[in-house]
Amino acid sequence: MPVREQDPKVRAHNFEEVSYGYNKEEAMLEASRCLHCKNPRCVTGCPVSIQIPEFIAHVVEGDIDGAAGVIARDSSLPAVCGRVCPQETQCEGQCILGVKGEPVAIGKLERFVADNKTTVSEAVSTSPEADAPRTKVAVIGSGPAGLACAADLAKWGYDVTIFEALHKAGGVLAYGIPEFRLPKEKVLQKEIDEVTSLGVKIETDVIIGRTVTIESLMDNEGFKAVFVGTGAGLPRFMGIPGENLNGVFSANEFLTRNNLMQAFRPDYATPIHVGRKVCVVGGGNVAMDAARTALRLGSEVTIVYRRTENELPARKEEVHHAKEEGIEFRMLTNPVEIEGDENGWVKAMKCIRMELGEPDASGRRSPVPVEGSEFDVECDTVIMALGTSPNPLIAKTTPGLETTRRGGLVATEEGATTRPGIFAGGDAVTGAATVILAMGAGRKAAKAIDDYLKNN
Amino acid sequence: MFKILEKRMLNPTIGKLVVEAPRIAASALPGQFLIVRPDEKGERIPLTISDSDPAKGTVTVVIQLIGASSHHMVEDFGEGDSFADVVGPLGNPSDFVHASPEELKGRSYVFIGGGLGTAPVYPQAKWLHDHGVPVDVIVGARMESLLIYTEELASACDNLYLCTDDGSRGFKGVGTAQLEELVASGKKYTHAVAIGPMIMMKFSTLTCQKLGIPIQVSMNTLMVDGTGMCGACRVSVGGKTKFACVDGPEFDGALIDWDEAMRRSRQYKPEEAAAMENYGK
Repeated sequence: MPVREQDPKVRAHNFEEVSYGYNKEEAMLEASRCLHCKNPRCVTGCPVSIQIPEFIAHVVEGDIDGAAGVIARDSSLPAVCGRVCPQETQCEGQCILGVKGEPVAIGKLERFVADNKTTVSEAVSTSPEADAPRTKVAVIGSGPAGLACAADLAKWGYDVTIFEALHKAGGVLAYGIPEFRLPKEKVLQKEIDEVTSLGVKIETDVIIGRTVTIESLMDNEGFKAVFVGTGAGLPRFMGIPGENLNGVFSANEFLTRNNLMQAFRPDYATPIHVGRKVCVVGGGNVAMDAARTALRLGSEVTIVYRRTENELPARKEEVHHAKEEGIEFRMLTNPVEIEGDENGWVKAMKCIRMELGEPDASGRRSPVPVEGSEFDVECDTVIMALGTSPNPLIAKTTPGLETTRRGGLVATEEGATTRPGIFAGGDAVTGAATVILAMGAGRKAAKAIDDYLKNN
Repeated sequence: MFKILEKRMLNPTIGKLVVEAPRIAASALPGQFLIVRPDEKGERIPLTISDSDPAKGTVTVVIQLIGASSHHMVEDFGEGDSFADVVGPLGNPSDFVHASPEELKGRSYVFIGGGLGTAPVYPQAKWLHDHGVPVDVIVGARMESLLIYTEELASACDNLYLCTDDGSRGFKGVGTAQLEELVASGKKYTHAVAIGPMIMMKFSTLTCQKLGIPIQVSMNTLMVDGTGMCGACRVSVGGKTKFACVDGPEFDGALIDWDEAMRRSRQYKPEEAAAMENYGK
């Protein structure tokens, strides 16, 4: 069942959500396609093992709240995940119907349920012990990992405070993912409100490591355990000449100005610079988000990526949407220098053509430059979307917390770090990954924190 | 919400605000800054911390009326009003904060404060003065009526030298000329710190290089989050890209690519001008 979407020509000029989502009729029809396999592979494909056939069975009956109850057992952010999860490589990628035709649109059904349920989720009975004492737990970062961890702990009776460095909760969901993919008030804030309705407190404007340290939270403020879900927020640059010219931005800066600071709304004070011709470097979801944002702000946009379209790390749906909206894709192209005009503003990007060589350690064929193939791409803005790495601040200011060579916190599968009482999960451990994996890690750590607090 | 407890104009274009922010007051050290977002639709504006009082739970910032946002913060907010957000302290404290008493022994500092940058000299000079390190402070302004923080600074250093371009108070000329004169007359400094407009920090650096005094400068770059996330504050330091927010804000002035830094700080000039045009309409 195809989902209704805003016309690409229209949506290229607004920030309204691209997909309208299913109505009840459409959802029930789509849900009826589920074969209810005995061994549902979709559930194993879901990083948090949502009981997919069970929730779908409720949708078939038109019982939306029943479906929401099933999802709530495993996910605290269904309206978010229904929109931004890479379902094609997870649940839907495993769906048996997908072998010969279209898999069940599990993500769209999840979104439908989350958007249309009438009940607010409450403490559910997965609690190891419902009468856990009101012990204080601090959660650092209000992104998907932190929210999921906090929600579980609150359901089990812990007194949870989330500390957020920015002025708004949501982490990458607030500053990174644009409005047209994830509406902030209608969807994100609603799911955050559900977490706070469980009793979770969110203190914004607190940078752990600067405003207060983890040690001080534990020694002076009575927190017995801490979960670090600080994500991977530091932008990477290429290290090529001209990268500090005016008009070169990290995707993080560009998206933060637009999403967190709402620069696209004329009555908000934060400025955003968008040129006539924008080049976005990179091929992930963030590159797509930056490109489609620049397009909506009125630019002509080209995405430059060093491998081929087959290797684009972005979700297929995002690439498809970007193309529909008129974004140009230049594959097998890598910038070698950014060229400036006499005032120090970008005027072009010198690129080199690439070809795919031998497979590297990851199995992907690595791109190699074609000698002498340099050419100029005219542009006045360059947005670097090359991935991000974890912020070192917490590790630097917390003795005994070890990090890996790539900057992630060292943690076990359950989230225990190298320091007792401090747990971590999500991008802060793995480096940039997905919302659902972060959420899963937050929930695992909540369980580990509960075990730890019961034994100490 | 962060309540404004005191507001005063220090001169016609610089306002001083004392704001309730207990967590920041408890941890702020000399050299650090904070970010204010005045209200829901406001920008995040980085401001160097000019004073903090852990006991009262307050921080002091000074704001120069330049663009729409600074006008908004100073003119539309009064005592008793609150800012939506005040976050910090951000950046690294000044190097000397972590120096051992042995390391501090034998040091003598000269600070050059210009314009708005005069105020954040105060917590640094005071810290050193309190730790028994010899400190001289040079403060420059176009004319006497624009000099700020003179009383505070007088109590936080050994010698305060005031300079005005028109000679209406103190030395006639710029701060760097005053510094050259002091050194020529036999003053010896092992360390210099300049805080002020970039152009003033650039020339302070050139003067100090000539005089053979190592100099730290406090980079007041463009910034959005202030936590290392956006990279708007990129500065080339010794040929390497640094983020002023997390790697700074203080750097060795001799290593800064000043022309790039000044060019980058003008990046949003058209947007800022348009916002000022619309301010108050």
